[in-house]
Amino acid sequence: MDWTFWLEWVIKGFVLCLILLTGFAYLTLYERRALARMQVRVGPNRAGYQGLLQPIADAVKLIFKEELTPARVYKVVFVLAPVLTVVPSLVLAAVVPLGTSFNLFGRVITLYVADLNVGVLYLTSIASIAVYGITLAGWSSNNKYAMLGGIRASAQMISYELSLGLCFAIAIVMGNSMNLVDIVNAQSGMWFAVIQPVGALIFLIVTLAEVNRAPFDMPEAEQELTAGFHSEYSGMKFALFFMAEYQKMIVICMIAATLFFGGYREFWFLKDFAGGILSVDRFWFLGPIYLLLKVIVLLFFMIWIRATWPRIRYDRLMSFGWKVLLPLSLVVLFITAAGILLAQELNNQIYFYSIPVLSIISAMVAVALIYRDLRRKSNGRI
Amino acid sequence: MTSELIVFLVLSLVAISSAFGMLFSRNAVYSALFLVLNFVTVAVFYLMLGAPFIAMSQITVYAGAIMVLFLFVIMLLGAESLVPLPQAMPWQRPLAFILAAILAVESVYLIFARSRLNTVITAPDAATNSMEGLRDMAMILFDQFLLPFEITSILLLVAMVGAIVLTNREKVGHK
Repeated sequence: MDWTFWLEWVIKGFVLCLILLTGFAYLTLYERRALARMQVRVGPNRAGYQGLLQPIADAVKLIFKEELTPARVYKVVFVLAPVLTVVPSLVLAAVVPLGTSFNLFGRVITLYVADLNVGVLYLTSIASIAVYGITLAGWSSNNKYAMLGGIRASAQMISYELSLGLCFAIAIVMGNSMNLVDIVNAQSGMWFAVIQPVGALIFLIVTLAEVNRAPFDMPEAEQELTAGFHSEYSGMKFALFFMAEYQKMIVICMIAATLFFGGYREFWFLKDFAGGILSVDRFWFLGPIYLLLKVIVLLFFMIWIRATWPRIRYDRLMSFGWKVLLPLSLVVLFITAAGILLAQELNNQIYFYSIPVLSIISAMVAVALIYRDLRRKSNGRI
Repeated sequence: MTSELIVFLVLSLVAISSAFGMLFSRNAVYSALFLVLNFVTVAVFYLMLGAPFIAMSQITVYAGAIMVLFLFVIMLLGAESLVPLPQAMPWQRPLAFILAAILAVESVYLIFARSRLNTVITAPDAATNSMEGLRDMAMILFDQFLLPFEITSILLLVAMVGAIVLTNREKVGHK
């Protein structure tokens, strides 16, 4: 290992952090503007052209805000909790490939920080660590509302982590590898979201719960818990929680794009378009652009859901996670694995094409069962 | 002194001190956090030995799932601070010391008697640290140890169904 290797590593990590931090700043603007549009408002458009300097104004405000530490908090944990929330959201992105590779002064530079052969497992382990920050913030604040928020957050994240793990397993089975680069390359012919639409849908729902976004934002339900786990935080410490939430949104959209929507690869039908002029294999710089486009579209869906859907009640949130999403993702995983195995063993592609059909049928059965259950509980009012 | 040895020494210092911190902190939440630190350090040890799969599983299962549940229960019950209880069983403490001493002597004896001290333990080479190595492990797990594996999974499934049935019982009683 020579020193250039270390230099490359440090620079890549630094650039990734910068990308995520800038992404966080402009995601807040994107969300506020998009929400405003959906609510027939204008949104922040005063600072700079179309409000482009608004994130900088917000940052300056947050830095100069007074920081309060309540008297009876558990000081060490209180200070540690925001850090424990931000760090996982940053390091999560280390294994996500942003593109292929390019030559710089005769040296091949790959567009990812770490090429782990257990990349997907790394994602699950960091995602499972991410609960601590929020839980500890709730506990250390020594405040009943914050405590309730923290407990809600940890229960919710543990519950939805199981379905999240099963969705990772679906992608692993289809990509035949735990390496994210291999999974992306396995999608050059066809996106996994096309073969397994239900798996992709469950993944998107579960990620909403994992990052505590609406309609699963029970941990910070304003009307009942003031602000949930970060009630007692102010100034930069609050900003760190805010930052972590938005960075997690970006990273989780990157992961969703990588696992189910072809990652940095072009649309599968554009591979041979005009002699492959739109292909990542021809021009490396197209990789990050494609990934960015996919992330922007996925983020739009997250914002759209926040603008349109009311918050789900807590007991329903739990039973939805345990009684609907977990069994459904088990069934979908089984269908995927069985379909791939049968297609391989019997050498008949019909089994492979039955995967999306059977998955959609099982998802429809699940929806029908939820509908029946809701109707029974409401005595036929729906 | 190689860099690997330095890393190992620092890590073992962290591991041992976090274990002691777990034992001696008066607040149960701090104890749990020290234990999390200990588990993460052990995961880094696995990484040093070139076993990323086991390292990541260690973090996911122990630090990510089990300890979160511990912390959850501690917070839910409000059992953070230990109140020194009146000694219900006065013979318990001396017995614990005696048993611990016996265990320590036995393990030290076994380390010197049984382990081959003169053989050099090497980290597995890069060949095992790959997708192929993972596949080999999976082959052994699903081939040689298929029955125990499946029994474990059925056990977990039964636990899951049991939890759902137990929480659902009052509604069934309504009808």
